[in-house]
Amino acid sequence: MRIVVLVRQVPCAVGGLSFNADNTLRRAGVRSQLNDADACAVDQAWRIAVRRTGAQVTAVTMGPAGAAAALRKSLVLGADEGVHILDDALAGCDALGTARVLAAAVRRLGFDLVLCGAAATGSATAVVPAMVAEILGVPVLCFADGLKLTGDGVEIRRDDGAGVQTWAATLPAVVSVTPRCGTPRYPRFAAVAQARHKLVRTWPLSRLGIRRSEVGLAAAVTRVRAVTPVEDRGRVVIDCDAPTAAARLADFLAQRELL
Amino acid sequence: METVLVLAERHGAGGGVCRPTHALLTLARRLGTPAAVLCGPADTASIEALGRFGAQAIWTVEASEVDDYPATARVEALVRLADQICPSCILVASGRGGEEIAARVAARLDSGVLTGAVDMWMGPDGPVVVQRVLDGSYLVESSVVRGITICTVFTEAVSPQPSAAEPAVRSLDLAFPQGMQAARLVSREPRGRPDPTAAAVVVAGGRGLGSRDGFELVERIAGALGGAACGSHTAAELGWCPRHQTVDQIGKAVHPLLYLALGVSGSVRHRAGMHGAQTVVAIDRDPEAPIFGVADLGVVGDVHEVAKELLTEIRRRRHGERLEWEA
Repeated sequence: MRIVVLVRQVPCAVGGLSFNADNTLRRAGVRSQLNDADACAVDQAWRIAVRRTGAQVTAVTMGPAGAAAALRKSLVLGADEGVHILDDALAGCDALGTARVLAAAVRRLGFDLVLCGAAATGSATAVVPAMVAEILGVPVLCFADGLKLTGDGVEIRRDDGAGVQTWAATLPAVVSVTPRCGTPRYPRFAAVAQARHKLVRTWPLSRLGIRRSEVGLAAAVTRVRAVTPVEDRGRVVIDCDAPTAAARLADFLAQRELL
Repeated sequence: METVLVLAERHGAGGGVCRPTHALLTLARRLGTPAAVLCGPADTASIEALGRFGAQAIWTVEASEVDDYPATARVEALVRLADQICPSCILVASGRGGEEIAARVAARLDSGVLTGAVDMWMGPDGPVVVQRVLDGSYLVESSVVRGITICTVFTEAVSPQPSAAEPAVRSLDLAFPQGMQAARLVSREPRGRPDPTAAAVVVAGGRGLGSRDGFELVERIAGALGGAACGSHTAAELGWCPRHQTVDQIGKAVHPLLYLALGVSGSVRHRAGMHGAQTVVAIDRDPEAPIFGVADLGVVGDVHEVAKELLTEIRRRRHGERLEWEA
């Protein structure tokens, strides 16, 4: 069984981030780490692989040279090998471009199961897993709060606010997991030491058969027109008598489909 | 005017069209002529509601696949209609299902997708989408430069305004292949009482609740919302809640959709365990409490009074009373 985990390096904290003149995120001087949900995805992949013979877990990332740190962390958490897609032409890639590159890498590696971390709904990267699946032409199970493999398929549990849904698909499939799947194991020292000897391959775009003109900022389907900082962060504090406060609270919860 | 396609959503499995759809139609009217896609049975209440918010055309999709393969059926319907009526824009409510549908439609149509819109208007060269990024500290205006603008909308940021129209109702015949390779919805069950780390709703109590008896309020609200009851480390030290239910730097780290803090001041230790929460609501007596710095909605007041009122409010709304925006 071949499991591919898509991981990415993200800034440790969003406070203090800003934008460049071309409206891309300024990453210089910002500490980064392996995305939380991606760490869960690697852990889930390891939990599946450890119960099977001949299961291979490959972590794949796309990004600048610093993104290799995300691969190193994934190797510590249980991936067997890493692939780093590194190319100058990738800078400023949008969701669809990212999904095309990742799908090409996954196809080249071969796969039974693709796992990745689910971004918060509404964030730009939340759409990537579903796009990868659509490009690969396989079923996708998004926002898994728990997953298990059954015979020839995969089953997930997803909490959509109103209740718990169970979804199933046959393999090969793409699954994106939330951090609610379970906290990754704390790595033993031996795992950290072993990870240094695991293989990390670096692939340029040419290896994936994608032309440089097809990706990057110039080929992006979406264009940012303006970026404006917000002074008021949209946090609301109400101070009134209990029944009114409770009614406004309930309105707030109902609006967000949480009631 | 160009057509704007809106994916209608329902309350639960068989319910009527709900608020997010009203908000989407309100936005769609700004951008062009709204047309709605209604999956599942075309009941008169839903069609009436879509008409009341300005849908000029309604496409209904009635097939067994709509229930068995909800995401794929909706993707197929939107892709087919995109070919058939060439809309300028497709709007979907943001959420766990909406994000997936928008992404797959965008990949199929080779169009741009923008997620989590809080506002939209018609620019000189197509729709302009406003998103809130980096934890709400920046507003970004973007547009799609190729193909159809596909957009998921944070519908809570849009206030629905009715504008009656006479919709033309048509049915869309979709043929699904036998033995479809797609994600199948196996079951849907109302929420039980989950483990804190896996819970979509977490209610946490702190020292502000005053006593062990006062702490029972946490359990009752968690019960009403179908969430997990937790405590801060102070509550655990005072013996009000078990240690394994402490939300804390060294206790449980939670990632719920809703985090409701009752009488929790929000120390660094506590915030370390709950910064993954999507929506934070806090009730506390002290307006200077650090929890209000991370809360999306804060209520300053007596936690017992507000929480009891909230409990009544939740029960009232759950038991049959229609919400004002549904009326």
